[in-house]
Amino acid sequence: MSWDVYANVVIGGILTGLVYGLMALGLSVIFGVVRVVNFAHGEMMMVAMYLAVLGCGTWGVDPLWLMLPLAALMFVLGYALQSLLVHPFMTRPDHAQFMLLVAVGMILTNGALILFGPDARGVQVDYALDSFEFGPLLIDKVRLYAALAALAVAAALFGFFRLSATGKAIRACADNYRGALVVGLDVRRLFALTFGCGTACVGAAGAMLVLLGDVTPSLGPAYTLLAFVIVIVGGLGSMAGALVAGVLIGVSEALAGLILVPSMKSMVSFGLLILVLLFRPQGLLGRSA
Amino acid sequence: MNSLVSALPGRRRAGLILALGLLLAAPWVAGPYLLSVLVLALYYAYVGQAWNVMMGFAGQLSLGHALYVGLGAYVSATLYLHAGLGPWAGVPIAAAVSAAAGAVIGFLAFRFGIGGVYFALLTIAFAEFTRIGFEHVDWLGGAGGLFLPVVERGHLDIVDLRGGPRLFYYVLLALTVAALWLCHRLRTSRIGYYWLAIREDPEAAQALGIDLFRYRVLAAAISAAMASVAGSVAAFYYNSLTPADSFGSAKSIEIILGPLVGGLGTLIGPILGAFVLTGLGEALRALLDVTGHQVPGATQLFYGLVLLLVIKYLPGGIWPGLARHLGLGNRVG
Amino acid sequence: MALLEVAGLTKSFRGLKAVAGASFTVEAGAIVGLIGPNGAGKTTCFNLIAGAIRPDAGTVTLDGRPITGFSADRACRAGIGRTFQVVKPFVQLSVLDNVTVGALRATRDVATAQRAARQVLELLHLDHKAGQLAGTLTLPERKRLEVARALATGPKLLLLDEVMAGLRPTEIDEMVAVFRTLNRETGLTILLVEHVMRAVMALAGKIIVLHHGRIIAEGGPDQVVRDPAVLECYLGGAPA
Ligand SMILES: Nc1ncnc2c1ncn2[C@@H]1O[C@H](COP(=O)(O)OP(=O)(O)OP(=O)(O)O)[C@@H](O)[C@H]1O
Ligand SMILES: [Mg+2]
Repeated sequence: MSWDVYANVVIGGILTGLVYGLMALGLSVIFGVVRVVNFAHGEMMMVAMYLAVLGCGTWGVDPLWLMLPLAALMFVLGYALQSLLVHPFMTRPDHAQFMLLVAVGMILTNGALILFGPDARGVQVDYALDSFEFGPLLIDKVRLYAALAALAVAAALFGFFRLSATGKAIRACADNYRGALVVGLDVRRLFALTFGCGTACVGAAGAMLVLLGDVTPSLGPAYTLLAFVIVIVGGLGSMAGALVAGVLIGVSEALAGLILVPSMKSMVSFGLLILVLLFRPQGLLGRSA
Repeated sequence: MNSLVSALPGRRRAGLILALGLLLAAPWVAGPYLLSVLVLALYYAYVGQAWNVMMGFAGQLSLGHALYVGLGAYVSATLYLHAGLGPWAGVPIAAAVSAAAGAVIGFLAFRFGIGGVYFALLTIAFAEFTRIGFEHVDWLGGAGGLFLPVVERGHLDIVDLRGGPRLFYYVLLALTVAALWLCHRLRTSRIGYYWLAIREDPEAAQALGIDLFRYRVLAAAISAAMASVAGSVAAFYYNSLTPADSFGSAKSIEIILGPLVGGLGTLIGPILGAFVLTGLGEALRALLDVTGHQVPGATQLFYGLVLLLVIKYLPGGIWPGLARHLGLGNRVG
Repeated sequence: MALLEVAGLTKSFRGLKAVAGASFTVEAGAIVGLIGPNGAGKTTCFNLIAGAIRPDAGTVTLDGRPITGFSADRACRAGIGRTFQVVKPFVQLSVLDNVTVGALRATRDVATAQRAARQVLELLHLDHKAGQLAGTLTLPERKRLEVARALATGPKLLLLDEVMAGLRPTEIDEMVAVFRTLNRETGLTILLVEHVMRAVMALAGKIIVLHHGRIIAEGGPDQVVRDPAVLECYLGGAPA
């Protein structure tokens, strides 16, 4: 195979990886601040994808237009989930939190199965097969648009956390939980906001991912794991790490699909997860503890 | 008061004997459908007990326990198909393989000081890694899986574990009782005390001279070996196994529902939880069937709801409260 | 020969020297007090001796045997029993089971360990709570449970980290009596970190004063409390 085949695959991997990165960013934000490990992350992603498919079917619009409404809707869901269900678990042992979210995941997966059936659903956009040509390089339009959208959403989130007063308060909470309580920050609301931001990322990413593939109810666990792989490789709680690791995983999966068999590509991610957990649990980019 | 206290063990024993008597007689009164449900319940009771050793006793959260169940299934089935080795020889070998896998994963994780969510993820990653790996090994049937020769009705061959549901019912009942006994022995021995101490507070446990690494690896190996046997038996019961069903994360979650709902860290909890969940789930399915609805996912949705409610409102599971209610003391193990 | 010899023990946390070259000895059969203002490095010293953390430099010798850098479980098996300043009961286990875990150090047999545990509980006036879950105990009771658990391991040297804090004066006197009896009757060696001077003065034959990770005074109780450097550090820092 000549180099341009590899180059095309790598570019595709980078673009897909950015969307993965956005999804993982949501997980990272939730963990970094709320210290809750969202075991239902992929299931939420699956729900967002179904909503995108439904929205496109109903209004016949491009899923990318649904990005913001979906992010808003998922924000509300995440906010409600955190403040009503997860928050009372903040003082419970870790495994109780995990199991709570595993239960939420089961409910979402099987709820979707009951509502939509087991068959794959997708959206067709008229530019689905188009691509930009740069000499020998071919860049899929859908992937490029999705990746740009992912970058935009990620940038907005960075901006929110760096610049807005609420974002700063949230970061204060993350750095020093007790201190935040002492100075009278409404931690419950801030945590719910953060969880909402995390699920909003998932909502936006879901709108993009339906461009890249179909959705089935059983997709959840795989995406949850993918998000974990990315977040751990990038360093749990690091926002930039999530995006970079998303790209890394996107590229390595794409290359694995080319060199090995496509169905073996997630083995590479899981292998990477195992190696990172064993040898660099703070993540490839994280500071050593 | 004193007489009540001294009556407790007797009452507990009477309850156990009654339950065992009912379970022994069940296959002779139950129809084929009910029998298949009971087989399922016993399967989850047994495999839940196995997981409980690791999480309920030693406090190590494994969310990839399907790995050991699947290895048990694949190793014993492969030995049967490719080497002509019957289950009586195959099951111990499979259990040894699973125990080794559990020990290796435990060794890696605990040597590198991986705990909590990282350990849980590591176990999922190993299970998923194995699942995809097995899907690409043709010799093991690939993604399509392995099939054992199906036996004709009425055939009973205890040596090769070939037979109808009744055979498997008794095999699983024996396993469940054996696991209950083993867990009771473990729980009341030094190992059990050490596991519980580690679960409660590793640092304090270590300060009392407990080698955390050794006892954690031990828990992983024992739990894996026990889980493995369930996989072997299921393989011979269903006569088919696929990587997705054997190692998938849905399987890993199914395993842990019983103990979580019944009572984590208790001896009766995993059994009770398995029977309650399987019973309610099947009742729901039957109810939907009767009303003419085929709803795939309904029972799983229901399990999710039950898990959520139990975790929220009954963090210790059903058994501790029930035991108190039945006058079996509040520390029934 | 001294039972415990600590030489040049040093530990830094992110540049801050919590313990800076501390050297001292504890004679077999003695009760030694380790005092100093908040943040002096007393708990860190204990953690270093008991293997909870590794020293950057220095050595620890128990009964002539080097135990520097031992893990906590090996240190315990070598003969060090320790309590935690922030108590760590096994909350979901009964009080008896908590102590039984410790007693299983000396025997593999659970029944024997339980008998031993009951004796220790009696000694610490916790026997009436034996069947309760440790999570239901009050803080002073939890402190006593810490002691009982460590004691049950049958240590040569017992490290007590502020086990009297929060106790009423009568309870303190009871504890003092317990330790004195133990020391006299079993020859148990005790190194005790304590802010309650009433207890230290009553128990310790020798007092070591730690300040900013360094030993600034050492000697008999009467001698140490009159030491100008000690008065200076207590008055200069926040007195406890
Ligand atoms: N694990 C740790 N990480 C970072 N700093 C630590 C750690 N443990 C202790 N320190 C710091 O080391 C110094 C000594 O602490 P240490 O707990 O040993 O003091 P202490 O004498 O026991 O005080 P107190 O009387 O309050 O218990 C303190 O400044 C403390 O903040
Ligand atoms: Mg201290």
